[in-house]
Amino acid sequence: MSWKIWALKKSPWVFHVNTGACNNCDIELLELLTPRFDVERFGIKLVGTPRHADALVVTGGVTRQAAPRLQEIYRQTPKPCVVFAIGSCACSKGIFKKGYHMIGPVDKVIKEVDPEAIVMYIPGCPPKPEAMILGVVKALAAL
Amino acid sequence: MFLDAGKYIFYFLVFPGFIFTLAVGLISVWIDRKVTARVQWRVGPPPGQPLYDILKLLGKETIVPKNSNKTLFLSAPLVGLGSVTIVSVILWLASVYKISFVGDLFVVVYLLMLPSLSLMIGGMASGNPMAATGANREMKLILAYELPFLLCLAIVIIKSGISINMVDLAGNHVMGSISGVLAFLISLLCIQAKLGFTPFDIAEAETEIMEGPYIEYSGVPLALFKITQAMLLFTLPVYLISVFLGGLNFRGLGILWTVLKYVAILVVIIVIKNTNPRLRIDQALKFFWRFLTPAGIVALVLAIIGHISGIDWL
Repeated sequence: MSWKIWALKKSPWVFHVNTGACNNCDIELLELLTPRFDVERFGIKLVGTPRHADALVVTGGVTRQAAPRLQEIYRQTPKPCVVFAIGSCACSKGIFKKGYHMIGPVDKVIKEVDPEAIVMYIPGCPPKPEAMILGVVKALAAL
Repeated sequence: MFLDAGKYIFYFLVFPGFIFTLAVGLISVWIDRKVTARVQWRVGPPPGQPLYDILKLLGKETIVPKNSNKTLFLSAPLVGLGSVTIVSVILWLASVYKISFVGDLFVVVYLLMLPSLSLMIGGMASGNPMAATGANREMKLILAYELPFLLCLAIVIIKSGISINMVDLAGNHVMGSISGVLAFLISLLCIQAKLGFTPFDIAEAETEIMEGPYIEYSGVPLALFKITQAMLLFTLPVYLISVFLGGLNFRGLGILWTVLKYVAILVVIIVIKNTNPRLRIDQALKFFWRFLTPAGIVALVLAIIGHISGIDWL
């Protein structure tokens, strides 16, 4: 394992992208930063711009309007980076499976830009904060 | 001659210069994040966290935006880094080795402004409107805090018997007078603004303009900015100590006193940071121009009266 990946595992900075979520996953995501879970223990920090990010946390199934933006944000993120699809909608479109406005789940949209992209799925409606932490741990172990 | 050159390169790169300042600066950043976490009733990051962050950024891809001025964009972080290193060397050589030159005080003041300038240049060169807004705010903030900062310095110069030499300043007792205490408090707030800490983190407000001038930076240049900030967090309190609090001293119990002074200033800065909301840029300007500058002028007048009539406590 090179020192770059080692350091990346020690301090993954996270950028939050909402591609049409109902806000439920977003609330659960913010739970991670509160004193109860405090992910800064593991060096995880919420940053304001994709240029600083090592992980994109995407909530919500991707709508027609949001898809080009999500792809642009993925291109703007410096590599190596990881994408987390948080919630049932982001993993598989969820209950909006037949919606006319849905382009597809997050992995399909991201892989149009970069077929090699690492996408982690954390299902649930919304997923528990514990599940999100477990997902992050597994993703970092797989790097 | 060669021996001298080697000694100075050692000063700049290793002991009071780059590596030493960076090491203590990273520890200070960790103290900052840990105390912040404890204030918010969290656990906080492990001690190595600032180092991990910087190592990670050094290993990431560096993206240069298409609309940016490439040379300025990439060289701006180096300006700030270089100036902080030089300031640190000058302060430590004056305090510890008693090596100094006439007027080094002014060199320090000018060099302490360069990190802010490098931030502005980098932000403007990146071609991003958010970064331009951030650089604009940084410029207004410099105009706001630089005048009271210099007034405080004038008080110290008068108190030390009109000397513009770091070594003479380090030995005096400014804090035994009303104007000296006022000057110290004003300088503390100016340093809060120089560090870009809340309530004066207007230039890099994450929630409004997304880290302002840093918005387009990634990889190595961002790491250089983070290093500069960490070094500033060490250098600016050392500046306060060597100008107001009698300087650094490493003989016997002096070590304990020096560390205590540094940690006390650091914790005061962190507590101010954690107990205040972010000001708007106009509120910050009003705060500096309507309250601190008049206070600085009053203190300066007191100091001049004290100097002429020979009253020490004024």
